[in-house]
Amino acid sequence: MSDNIKNIDAETEDTELPLDKNVRLMSPTRMVLRRFFRSKLSIVGLIMVIGLFIFSFVGPLVYTQWGEIELDESGTTEYSVSETTYTVDGQTYTLRQTTEQAIKDNQLAPPSAEHILGTDNEGYDVFVRLMYGGRISLIVSFIAVFLITFFGVIMGGIAGYFGGVIDNIIMRLCDVLICLPGIPILLIISTILDSSEIDAKYRIYLLMIYLTFISWPGTARLVRGQILSLREQEYMVAAEAMGYSTFRKIFKHLVPNVMPQLIVSMSLSLGSMILYEATLSYLNLGVKAPYAAWGTMINIISTNQDVLQNHLLVWVPAGVCIVIAVLGFNFIGDGLRDALDPKARR
Amino acid sequence: MADNKIIETFDPENILEVHNLRKCFPLKKTLTGKVTRELIAVDDVSFGLKAGETLGIVGESGCGKTTLGRAILKLHQPTSGRIIFEGQDITDFKSSQMREIRKKMQIIFQDPYSSLPPRSTVGGILSEPVTVHNIVPKSQVKEYVLDLMDKCGLRDYYYERYPHEFSGGQRQRICIARALSVNPKLVVCDEPVSALDVSIQAQIINLLKKLQQNMNLTYIFISHDLSVVKFISDKIGVMYLGSMVEYGAKADIFSNPLHPYTQALFSAIPHPDPDVKMNRIILKGDIPSPANPPKGCRFHTRCPYAKDICKEVTPEFKDYGNGHCAACHLLDE
Repeated sequence: MSDNIKNIDAETEDTELPLDKNVRLMSPTRMVLRRFFRSKLSIVGLIMVIGLFIFSFVGPLVYTQWGEIELDESGTTEYSVSETTYTVDGQTYTLRQTTEQAIKDNQLAPPSAEHILGTDNEGYDVFVRLMYGGRISLIVSFIAVFLITFFGVIMGGIAGYFGGVIDNIIMRLCDVLICLPGIPILLIISTILDSSEIDAKYRIYLLMIYLTFISWPGTARLVRGQILSLREQEYMVAAEAMGYSTFRKIFKHLVPNVMPQLIVSMSLSLGSMILYEATLSYLNLGVKAPYAAWGTMINIISTNQDVLQNHLLVWVPAGVCIVIAVLGFNFIGDGLRDALDPKARR
Repeated sequence: MADNKIIETFDPENILEVHNLRKCFPLKKTLTGKVTRELIAVDDVSFGLKAGETLGIVGESGCGKTTLGRAILKLHQPTSGRIIFEGQDITDFKSSQMREIRKKMQIIFQDPYSSLPPRSTVGGILSEPVTVHNIVPKSQVKEYVLDLMDKCGLRDYYYERYPHEFSGGQRQRICIARALSVNPKLVVCDEPVSALDVSIQAQIINLLKKLQQNMNLTYIFISHDLSVVKFISDKIGVMYLGSMVEYGAKADIFSNPLHPYTQALFSAIPHPDPDVKMNRIILKGDIPSPANPPKGCRFHTRCPYAKDICKEVTPEFKDYGNGHCAACHLLDE
């Protein structure tokens, strides 16, 4: 019988090569960032998104020449000439009256020093409205994505952790919500909002809350799927053995490990939320005139053939902004997905 | 199996008593939730353990050692039987009641790679249980953790590092430190060294022994490595296919193994001296499936001495003197 272990001196010290105090392996976060910044596409995406942010949030503070709903009233003055003919004593007198009529706004002006991208068919400055439109799009999509993630994580976390009946209830609820047709219900809600007296400024937020309501199941499914596999890990048994509360186990031990996938899905859904917002505004369901949104700015062409054909600068820049935003967020999302892939080991 | 108990009544000297513990996992359920087939992972295991002692549990893979360890900590709810810890019957404790008990009983896992959360630092891993259970006031947590790390042979600048930066032995030290951070009385060591190098194994075993002396710990040491168990244990339980076939003091078991399975198991311990002639008892066949255990004595399919009675009647787990218990018909003759 072997007594070999007994023969070793009662050595308890760690004789393994100690890590040098000053030499460290990279932390997981730093590794991810390094991999992220190695990809050119994700840098391009980051630049696009940061550029848009500066454009829409800092822009209006710097470029204060025009406001969002400030008409350029410097347009051509119209004179109307009225001729009245009197006949007095066989003589005919003609009275010519020239009146300076109400000033017509400076509509559909070409680009100039005054208006960098010209004005639209109402006389608003296109460039300034692009900035304000960006604000709305970015704020709204960030709020929506935040809410979607918030509810998705809570519901998915609970469903995945507890399993069984709770999981079934939450997942069937998700199935039902995913079945709801988005746009038709949005049309109905929009009609209801039209009849109720809600400030045009806030209706887009209400619509986005509805979008959150039907979109959280996607995130919940993602989180649940991850947690189902993570909760069987041995460190979760260790957490159970430590006597941690259920809340702590779900939100301090499980959810942080879902974060990589969550961040990717968040950045990708930011792009799709911007698209959604633009669609709604384009369909005249979201932001309504006189307030600016990229979708609303494109919407001008639906009623105005002349603008569609002859005044590209009124609506194309808004489309370009949408494309930049969606592309930017998708590039970042793809870059993050590659960077967070644990199998990529460099 | 007969409802025979080693310990009929509670012995106040015992920190832990396990009575007829049984854990089944359902394999097949009907639509109504009735279990039609089940896997009996732990079947009718009973023992008592005094404070400061080490109980070694040995047996081959899949014999229910780990399930027994986890059932004692109530990480698996036992199907039947009683677990009495410090005089309290904790078998039916709810998880909220268990939270308080968790401070006193801890576990060290086999795999030091998967049992540490990958996204927190060593400091975070070790201070979390301390703050959750209010072991020391908030202001002293870091000091306490650094002291604990020192006791477990971890350098203080490891505090800010992540588990993936460490080797297996160092990770196992972190696991040990985590288990000990709440000042437990009982620690279930679930094969803590089988994933490590032999040289590191010795360090970790010695560390466990040193900590046991310093902190007056009681260990349940689960292992399939008999030399390790022999070194660290005071008592040994041998398990086969979910049931305990032999239990007793280390000296008794090693000098006089009663059960044929124990004899076969001990004959398989490799000897460092190549000149020593070994009389190995080679068992035929494989371990039967615990989902479909053989009738009678569990071991009769492989036992070299099996008789007709072994195929029909389950042997009783009886004391053959000095607390040395075994379950075998052959011993009754």
